[in-house]
Amino acid sequence: MKIHIKGGRLIDPKSGVDAKKDVYVAAGKIASIGEPPGGWSANRVIDAAGLVVCPGLVDLAARLREPGFEYLATLESEMDAAVAGGVTSLACPPDTDPPLDEPGLVEMLKSRAKNLNRARVYPVGALTQGLKGERLTEMAELVDAGCVAFSQADAPFADTQVFYHALQYAATFGFPVWLRPQDPPLARHGVAHDGQVATRFGLPGIPVCAETVALATIFILARETGARVHLARLSSAEGVEMVRQAKRQGLAITCDIAIHHAHLTEMDIGYFDSNSRLDPPLRGSRDRDALRAALADGTVDALCSDHTPVDDDAKQLPFAEAEAGATGLELLLPLTLKWAEESKAKLPAAIARITSEAARVLGIDAGHLTPGHAADICIFDPDQHWKVEPGALKSQGKNTPFIGIELRGRVRHTLVDGQVVYEAK
Amino acid sequence: MWLNPSNPQLNKKGELHHLLTLEGLPAEILWQILDTAKSFVGTKVKKVPLLRGKSVFNVFFEPSTRTRTTFEIAAKRLSADVINLNVTVSSQSKGESLLDTVDNLSAMHADMFVVRHGESGAPHFIARHVAPDIHVINAGDGRHSHPTQGLLDMYTIRHYKKDFSSLRVAIVGDVLHSRVARSQIHAFATLGCPEIRVIAPKTLLPAQVEQLGVHVFHDMRQGLKDVDVVTMLRLQNERMQGALLPSAQEFYKYYGLTEDKLAAAKPDAIVLHPGPMNRGVEIDSSVADGKQSVILPQVTFGIAIRMAVMSIMAGNK
Repeated sequence: MKIHIKGGRLIDPKSGVDAKKDVYVAAGKIASIGEPPGGWSANRVIDAAGLVVCPGLVDLAARLREPGFEYLATLESEMDAAVAGGVTSLACPPDTDPPLDEPGLVEMLKSRAKNLNRARVYPVGALTQGLKGERLTEMAELVDAGCVAFSQADAPFADTQVFYHALQYAATFGFPVWLRPQDPPLARHGVAHDGQVATRFGLPGIPVCAETVALATIFILARETGARVHLARLSSAEGVEMVRQAKRQGLAITCDIAIHHAHLTEMDIGYFDSNSRLDPPLRGSRDRDALRAALADGTVDALCSDHTPVDDDAKQLPFAEAEAGATGLELLLPLTLKWAEESKAKLPAAIARITSEAARVLGIDAGHLTPGHAADICIFDPDQHWKVEPGALKSQGKNTPFIGIELRGRVRHTLVDGQVVYEAK
Repeated sequence: MWLNPSNPQLNKKGELHHLLTLEGLPAEILWQILDTAKSFVGTKVKKVPLLRGKSVFNVFFEPSTRTRTTFEIAAKRLSADVINLNVTVSSQSKGESLLDTVDNLSAMHADMFVVRHGESGAPHFIARHVAPDIHVINAGDGRHSHPTQGLLDMYTIRHYKKDFSSLRVAIVGDVLHSRVARSQIHAFATLGCPEIRVIAPKTLLPAQVEQLGVHVFHDMRQGLKDVDVVTMLRLQNERMQGALLPSAQEFYKYYGLTEDKLAAAKPDAIVLHPGPMNRGVEIDSSVADGKQSVILPQVTFGIAIRMAVMSIMAGNK
């Protein structure tokens, strides 16, 4: 299959290209950019006039709910959602049931995903067996099976010693460790940011110090062990400032935030709207503004969807009883564009946060358009407005605080390995 | 800021449709309820036909004696049919979801739900899901709100103090877990009370409590100085199990209302307590039973307030 993507605005953050250029795809790879290769004849021409052509998106956190939670989502529905959102590579956290703590489970997930022929799945393995925080997993075996990093997801360590040893062991092999900075006891019973909204509504709070205490511990142990740490989903102004300082001091860390936290605050809980029940919680407007600024100055390396399909029954409950999480794969691009527009960030810089920068965090060869490399491409209309409606989402999770909101930017074509895996109707 | 839904308590005409919280209710509605309650207190007639033919369901997901009973008496005095459901021991323990319970009760042609629930926001959730002609009254949800309690407290204060515009009031004790404190704070603010104080150790105050418009005191004598109204909050025993307080004895010593501490307030200050009281923990018996205590009148006025709320809502289509 030879595809000619014609007349689009090519944005490739990694090479710094932002120009009207055609892309030629052959044998699953980018054959050339700008001028056709010698003797070119296309099987298909995609008219990209007025559209942006960029690398397929790389999402650092998408729960696919397999294995174990197939009633919430199937791999098929979520992979459809991924490519409909322009996402061609995604990392999935290990908090499945059972958790991704054995090579067999990881191989199974990888092969099931591969057979679906849509986005590439990069499993993040469990750092401890059963995510119980007690015994280490066979990390080297898990890497052989396809894990790209290790994480404790939202589960606590039994104690700081286990945490310390987990980092030491991972550092031995140079395996990245992804950590969600939240001190579990300080967050205990909490369901919302410990601020004015939680106070008014009488909701148990999660204080900012739950994040900063965890960050302080992580920084000290990362320095001590030399582990490569990625911080997943920061939520507070204080937290992001600590990361900025740590980076300035030369600590080799990366971090991401979720799309929700770049836009929403505790006020968006409205009248106890369980769609805004998220982990980490939506914090104050000062926090949100600090996260947005940190995204712009590079303190925050990547934006992720933090895609978490939740069953309707688990959301149709009083706020505190509702399960945390929101669907996000299909909103990653428009919410990134919205941030860029509101922050006056340049489009290539914004796209970098969900392509090249995310791929750098993940340590994979993706998120760029380079001749000779895989043709994972997202083609989107930056000006198309669409309304987020449950029925229109491919994901089995219909829960998002953005329901009913009009967003700008819609994916028209998604290519993985040079194959068109999604096309808007 | 995306979500800006309209106030779920008011109908299209701006009248009271559900009573979920006192936050955000216009002062006119609060005065209307207080005035209507006064007309019920004044009357010798035991029963009025305002809710004849209507069904009031008391749906209690959390045990309560006093509140449920006063709602029941109020509804009966308005000639309503009253059904008491103690849901903690029925469907919820069989795993039925809250939504299913609400749907089933709606199907029984309820006109009004009086709901108590352990989770903050549960009455909002129920109000969102009932048929549009059903009214929901919050009888206490988690730490969030207990609007009829707040209203009966306002009624009691108005009865003794006539006017809110020059009152200095203090709320003492476990503000963190108290729906009564939150309800009172909103009501005081709406009714024009110029100085609202909260007195508690830091472990029993919610984050950024000053944002509610209150002055924070940790020393009880300072906090009570020259106040006109003192509300003592109930301290639940389970609070002793965590690390919020060392002991009931120490709490009593520093935050229990004794005659000695009450002497810091104005000589004619009144003392309220939402009940049930822990004598010797947050309040000394000599104060609870003393001449400044208005704790029993609170209960009496509570019936009139609940009659007022139900009759006003039943009249709003």
